[in-house]
Amino acid sequence: MRAYVPAYEIQAPPDLSAALDRMAAEPNEWKPFAGGTDLMVLLEAGKLAHTKYLNIYHLRELRGMSVNPANITFGAATTYAQIRRDSLLAAEFTLLCSAAAETGSIATQNRGTLGGNIANASPAADSPPALIVYDAELELVSSRGSRWIAYRDFHTGYRQSLLRPDELIRSIRLPRNGGPAWKQHYRKVGTRRAQAISKVCFAGAALVENGKIADVRIALGSIAPTVLRATATEQMLQGEQLSPALSQAAQQTLAREIAPIDDMRSTARYRRRVAQNLLAEFLEKLSA
Amino acid sequence: MPEPVRPKSVQKIRVTCSVNGAPASFETYPMARLLDALREELKLTGTKEGCGEGECGACAIEMNGDLVNSCLVPALQAEGATIRTIEGIANKGLLNGVQQSFLEHGGAQCGICTPGMILAAVNLLRKYPRPTELQVREGLAGNLCRCTGYTKIFESVLEACRSQGEVPKR
Repeated sequence: MRAYVPAYEIQAPPDLSAALDRMAAEPNEWKPFAGGTDLMVLLEAGKLAHTKYLNIYHLRELRGMSVNPANITFGAATTYAQIRRDSLLAAEFTLLCSAAAETGSIATQNRGTLGGNIANASPAADSPPALIVYDAELELVSSRGSRWIAYRDFHTGYRQSLLRPDELIRSIRLPRNGGPAWKQHYRKVGTRRAQAISKVCFAGAALVENGKIADVRIALGSIAPTVLRATATEQMLQGEQLSPALSQAAQQTLAREIAPIDDMRSTARYRRRVAQNLLAEFLEKLSA
Repeated sequence: MPEPVRPKSVQKIRVTCSVNGAPASFETYPMARLLDALREELKLTGTKEGCGEGECGACAIEMNGDLVNSCLVPALQAEGATIRTIEGIANKGLLNGVQQSFLEHGGAQCGICTPGMILAAVNLLRKYPRPTELQVREGLAGNLCRCTGYTKIFESVLEACRSQGEVPKR
């Protein structure tokens, strides 16, 4: 049943510092609200526990993109639609663009933000595996200042993160250390092709030299309490010659490394099998 | 019997925006859904509620030129926005080409999904005036039709591109 809407407050601070001051002055009272594509769903279901929000969707400090030779930095309120139509991201960070294109419908992509996807901290989110593969960094800001952290350290448990009550995510930075020689593979498996929440989501990138895996990065969603970087699988693949036998062994390692569960969307058994199949598909693509 | 405990209400706000080319203003709670404000405050009941959770697209509108689900937009965020609903798609008695095409090619059955389908199609055709069938399918993937008349809906959109422009209302 829908929540009692008159009990919910949302206010629009004029700029970022006003929002941060408010969050600092009244700790845990105010939470940021961006595109609303997660929070409004909870409101409708009567499950939105917190009642006071600050609208940050319109803040210019959370928008825009800057590019230099070392990295690309964009505001946390950048929408999926903006990410998928950006030509530079499409050329260099295809996994992220694929994730943006497969997140929800066009209407959701027009509203949903990457910062929101990260802060919401769902293990089934579609962009985090791509961000992990790219060694993304997050800028967290509060009225006390700002700090940069590695995104792979951000999620500390199911729906938990390093974000403090007075902080919000200001920007996301992607190091441009991949280059065109890297082969990239993103695949989301859901109930239908458009707009389903993932059963399993896979992002991988690798550098192959003379049939050997010179470097590899793999991350998956929906198969553990948080998005998971498959470090054990990466380590066993590192420096190895691509072959069907290697793929078999890697799939065994991956199966041990992930911890999928049964829930309303799928079963642990199905997720484990599909995760292994997606790894096999990635390795086949590297061999091609 | 004690009175049931009702959570405290916050102050209503006044939202000023542009709707279908005309200035509009209404009072509502800041977290009220834009969908409800359009239907109940502005009496624009062409926008429908299906699922209320952003899955079905029945409540789709254009906000600052982008297709959005109005059930997921709090009224506060409509402040200053330029909004277009199904009531703003026809132009002075002339149906939009997409609307005419839905009529001619059986794109509407029960009609509940139709306003959202039309909004999604009009928005798609502005970005891609000559879309492929795949682009039409992707552009409308966020709109569910419980009558499952998808084939005729896709045909209606594709036919609308073949006969561009507005046609007289019959």
